Amino acid sequence: MTSPAYTRLTRDQMAWRAAQDLPEGCFVNLGIGIPTLAASYVPAGREVIFHSENGVIGLGPKPKPGEEDPNITDAGKNLSTLVTGGCYVHHADAFLMIRGGHLDVSLLGAFEVSETGDLANWTTEDPAFPPGVGGAMDLAVGAREIRVLMAHTHKSGSPRILKRCSLPLTAPGVVKRIYTDLAVIDVTAKGLMVLEMIPGMTLELLQTMTEPKLHLAESWQTLAPPQAMAA
Amino acid sequence: MPVQFLVAKIAGEILPKACFAAASDAARECQIRFTSVCPLRRFCLVCLASICGSRLEFEVIDKRVKSVEEAVAGIRDGSTVLVAGFGIVGVADHLLEALHDQGAKDLTIVANNSGNGDYGLARLINSGRVRKVICSYPRSGDYSAFLNAYKAKTLELELVPQGTISERMRAAAAGLGGFFSPVSAHTKLAEGKETREIDGRLHVFEKPLRGDVALLKANKADRWGNLTYLKSARNFNPVMAMAAELSIVEVDEMVDLGALDPEAVATPGVFIDRVVVVGGNA
Repeated sequence: MTSPAYTRLTRDQMAWRAAQDLPEGCFVNLGIGIPTLAASYVPAGREVIFHSENGVIGLGPKPKPGEEDPNITDAGKNLSTLVTGGCYVHHADAFLMIRGGHLDVSLLGAFEVSETGDLANWTTEDPAFPPGVGGAMDLAVGAREIRVLMAHTHKSGSPRILKRCSLPLTAPGVVKRIYTDLAVIDVTAKGLMVLEMIPGMTLELLQTMTEPKLHLAESWQTLAPPQAMAA
Repeated sequence: MPVQFLVAKIAGEILPKACFAAASDAARECQIRFTSVCPLRRFCLVCLASICGSRLEFEVIDKRVKSVEEAVAGIRDGSTVLVAGFGIVGVADHLLEALHDQGAKDLTIVANNSGNGDYGLARLINSGRVRKVICSYPRSGDYSAFLNAYKAKTLELELVPQGTISERMRAAAAGLGGFFSPVSAHTKLAEGKETREIDGRLHVFEKPLRGDVALLKANKADRWGNLTYLKSARNFNPVMAMAAELSIVEVDEMVDLGALDPEAVATPGVFIDRVVVVGGNA
């Protein structure tokens, strides 16, 4: 058996890629999982304000050893920090910000995404694994733009980008961009548009791992994050 | 209304100056409750004793209780208990432990998560005291207590989007009969709920959510129950404080009335019924 001619991105590399697209001055929520890592990869000098659903406005990077504060966590309950200029609000206000269209972007994890941007990320319907919606439905309908970070396929190799989601929806038609460990794909009125692919990947190969039809953008590029994060 | 303003208003109309001075001093010392025995009960204060001759009582507002046992006294079986916190941050674990020892059962718990390990909320679940959990995300930390009860079907789960939980409590606190939200429209969580299209977008009707009791965690309190929080430990505490019939808070420290910066008070004492100091300062 030959090994594939490509190397999937690590979680950090995916987070790095998503962070590069956050514009100067934007107000961004990071969902739990891979999105949380994006806070560490915003280009130096660019000011982005991270919102955390538990009322942290101006979430910072992971604390340095010895500077941990048990009262500052991110949405995934990991210890975090507050940036200079940041503040705290209570839960009802944190979600007012989410629902009320005050967030420019939300980066979310997902189980499945459909070709029309349907998002499924709150339940696997496994009776042994209770559902957990958290703030996902609030973010999905409230943030001005939803971008998803997820592995391109299940561990079994079956696709997670589908014609129709098989799992219960979080919200229909909300995902605008998908960052996977293989590609960057936009959900457009004309279908799924591949903007970037990792080195060694071809559209034909990517298509075998994706259920709906993929279109290659004319200006498509190679997706090459810093190798230092590969470990 | 500031007491001294009230004193000045009454004094200016009906009381001699000397009396006003005495009343004013008294007012500075304590918050005065008007006694029901005084025929001039809208006016009160020491000086009025000489006018109406009635028995007057001075009571200061003091929400402090001496122990966590006293703090949770009277919580009845079948209560809906609002449990503040996000993960393990801002959770009133001392009060939850005291509620366990107090023995109330058949509880409905409203919380963001479902407890950790075998203490606090998780211990209540392990002891079979909880009938139902209304939460957004039960899978947080070591949620084995919840998971075991969930699998054994001894615990009912009502899964509610996180912002909908907080807004339903805010609606209860604000005296509203509910609200329409676009969150959960077109999903399984909206099944059975009234919907309405507003400005071309489907909204789901959500009812207010009121607690019989709120168990809260704050950093500092004064005897009026004014509260300040530490960082993201604020989370659900302020909205739950407003949404319960009986709001009980455990704090790290009690300070004198006036010591809290009025600009920093995140929960005004009017929402708080009982305050107990826990930890090193207890």
